[in-house]
Amino acid sequence: MRRRIVVMLALVLALAAAPWSALAVSDPAEMLPDHRQEQRAEQIGSLLRCLVCQNESIEDSGADLARDLRHVVRVHVARGESDAQIMAWMVSRYGDFVRLRPAFSATTALLWAMPVLALLAGALAALLGWRRRGATAPATRPLDQREQERLAALLRGS
Amino acid sequence: MTALARRRVLALLPFGAALAAGGGFWAMLSGMRHGSFDPHDIHAPVLDRTVPAFDLPAQAPGTGFSSADLRAITRPVLVNFFASWCIPCVQEAPVLAELGRKLPIWGIAYKDQPDNAAGFVARTGAPYARIAADRPGLAAIDWGVSGVPESFLIRPGGRIAWHLAGGLTQPVIDTELMPLVARFGG
Repeated sequence: MRRRIVVMLALVLALAAAPWSALAVSDPAEMLPDHRQEQRAEQIGSLLRCLVCQNESIEDSGADLARDLRHVVRVHVARGESDAQIMAWMVSRYGDFVRLRPAFSATTALLWAMPVLALLAGALAALLGWRRRGATAPATRPLDQREQERLAALLRGS
Repeated sequence: MTALARRRVLALLPFGAALAAGGGFWAMLSGMRHGSFDPHDIHAPVLDRTVPAFDLPAQAPGTGFSSADLRAITRPVLVNFFASWCIPCVQEAPVLAELGRKLPIWGIAYKDQPDNAAGFVARTGAPYARIAADRPGLAAIDWGVSGVPESFLIRPGGRIAWHLAGGLTQPVIDTELMPLVARFGG
């Protein structure tokens, strides 16, 4: 009985998963015959946003528009255009939003510089902290007679 | 500055930063609610450009058109991408039918079977003066279309004056579209 339930459950899960796996994997007929060109197309496509499911690249998305854009990228790659040319073609149609990795420009300068700025701010804070600790650390002096006797007594364990 | 004052300022610094960030997030969220800020919005770079080059075949019951036809217009025209499989297009249809009395609308059937598109036009009474078919959906990419429905106002000379990704509504027509149509001699 239990086994039958497990089998049923597995079947239901497999059926539920089937359309998704069909969507996620692109049709091999889309791929370029030249392996190197296909790899380049996949690389470019992974940097392009699918405008329908906006947090996926066109390589990951199962949307119709993503399939069309994958096709367009492959046509341009087969024509021998550079990555920058293909990116520019896409940006001229869909704007900077189509880039999953924002280009470096006046508006994105702060975004790109942020890791370095944060690191510098942290280093500065650490440096200031260290310097202050060094300045306020109590001056050390050798133990006087009474303290040495007490220490000796403690060490003897009495 | 005394050491105590400096420590007070330093202690307040994180609160200040949190307050500034909170203010920023609040502005973004309220902008999203009122429609003045939309992070998913695709700002069409085609705005203020001449229509991209295309030549599309006719879709029954209309005649097809090309970019040359749009460059030759003397009064503003609304280009409307639609599809029979698109639910927002059905919702948009009554508004479009009303708008068709004031402004010529040219339709482009996007990735649609000819029979289905013709059925959609007959069923909804969409007032397209001309209808072209973009079955592969590649001409639409040149316009920066990311879905249907999507509308573009073309001013005389074939320049794109206005763009809406999504269904037309009466408030949008009254406040955004018609003032532009009037300005460009509609």
